[in-house]
Amino acid sequence: MERLHRHFQERLDLLSEKILRLGGLVEQAIGKSVRALVERDSALAHDVIAHDGDADRLELEIDELCMELLALQQPMAGDLRFITTAMKIAPDLERIADHAVNIGERTLEINNEPPLAPLIDISAMARRAQEMVRGALDALVRRDGAAARAVIAMDDELDVRMEQVFRSLLSYMIEDPGTISRALRLTFVAKYFERIGDQATNVCEQIVYMTEAQVIKHPGVTQVKREPLE
Amino acid sequence: MTDRTDGAKALSSEDKVNVEAAPAPATAPDSKARPAAPTPQDVVQATSPAIADPILDVRSLSLWYGPSQALNRVSLVIPSKRITAFIGPSGCGKSTLLRCINRLNDLIDEVRIEGDVRLEGRSIYDPSLDVNALRKRIGMVFQKSNPFPKSVFENVAYGPRIQGVNDRRRLEHLVESSLRGAALWDEVKDRLADSALGLSGGQQQRLCIARAIAVEPDVILLDEPCSALDPIATAKIEELMMELKEQYTLVVVTHNMQQASRVSDYTAFLYLGELVEYQETEKLFINPVRKQTEDYITGRFG
Repeated sequence: MERLHRHFQERLDLLSEKILRLGGLVEQAIGKSVRALVERDSALAHDVIAHDGDADRLELEIDELCMELLALQQPMAGDLRFITTAMKIAPDLERIADHAVNIGERTLEINNEPPLAPLIDISAMARRAQEMVRGALDALVRRDGAAARAVIAMDDELDVRMEQVFRSLLSYMIEDPGTISRALRLTFVAKYFERIGDQATNVCEQIVYMTEAQVIKHPGVTQVKREPLE
Repeated sequence: MTDRTDGAKALSSEDKVNVEAAPAPATAPDSKARPAAPTPQDVVQATSPAIADPILDVRSLSLWYGPSQALNRVSLVIPSKRITAFIGPSGCGKSTLLRCINRLNDLIDEVRIEGDVRLEGRSIYDPSLDVNALRKRIGMVFQKSNPFPKSVFENVAYGPRIQGVNDRRRLEHLVESSLRGAALWDEVKDRLADSALGLSGGQQQRLCIARAIAVEPDVILLDEPCSALDPIATAKIEELMMELKEQYTLVVVTHNMQQASRVSDYTAFLYLGELVEYQETEKLFINPVRKQTEDYITGRFG
């Protein structure tokens, strides 16, 4: 029993390690893309874009490892919830990394023109999004459902700021059509941060399921009833 | 980069909250009031599902083989026309518990029993109850199939004959419907006169099931019915069990957790003679309440 279980435990630990490594890459990518944007650092932006392959590769490895565990180990209870959580959050994390790349790409474009003021609001969004990602990964490591819920509560603020940034940029564009090019790119950037917040929320909803076996996503939908068998 | 690799072990480690320290279970009306730490019996009550349609009521059942206690105050309610599985490591008392239900343990000399088992509200130990009649209402299928050294037909007809059914046509009808009910008819209809011992292991087991249903039981107890069978024969028996539960209540002891998770509606986990957890199967295997249950079903012991 010992050796069999140790093998299983080693594979589970490997899965943990890969998820956390992906989380680390994602945090790093966001951090760099925010700095690149705020400091108008094109070299750093290039760097973010160049390293995207690492996150993609990890997502695939995680998928494969989860399939192996499901097929070969018949996991139950906490192990099962952990493995299905890993399968669900890996693509969410990878998408956050993609957004970091998108932000990098917009930054390169923006840096070709003079700076535009609403960057201040966007920096606040950037910081918020970063906090949410960091919070989600901390909740994951500590298996802390309450911490995950706290991160989810931060998402509303991001949505509100998105709306503010949008209005602010809109008035720039209306007042001075010469700003349209930059303003549009900045709108995209703000949108990416909002999306990062959404993805971090998804991750946290899944963490709550893993730790508490409670499904909290789509709260508007009434409880799914289990279909009785024929 | 934030280094969380220390957390890697923490992520998949087995630190499940010990339910003794957890707040009041969901069934409590006021979840804000925190009662004193619940006794093990309270916790098991709390993890017991609400059974809408009960047929068997096991009440604080304890059993001793001589000085050695095999069951300790086991209480659970078994639903009608469902499949209830008893799981647990070797020696946990699941077969002992099963054999109490049709009083098969009475046949062992040094057995002492306390507590009660009620079938449809009536104690099976009621002195006015005929234990043979009980064993007709509650049939049993064993790990090693035990067909009589007679023909296929006579195996199934035996029970009804004992009950006084003499009419040939009626017996033939009963044998056919029982063999059909056991998904065996097509395979044996042309060899009803052949010896039952010539059948394959899986067929013999289905014959034993046919024998049990020939006397029209309410409950069928199955003690590790597939342990001696290959995967295909096992699948056939499992399929049969799903059909049987439309008409009969099934209680099955199995050491194969995947089998319990595949076929049963409710699962009871026993350990060292005690009922640790009893839940709807899906709940037990996705989110068990007790750490012991989680440890067992995830293979960390047993």
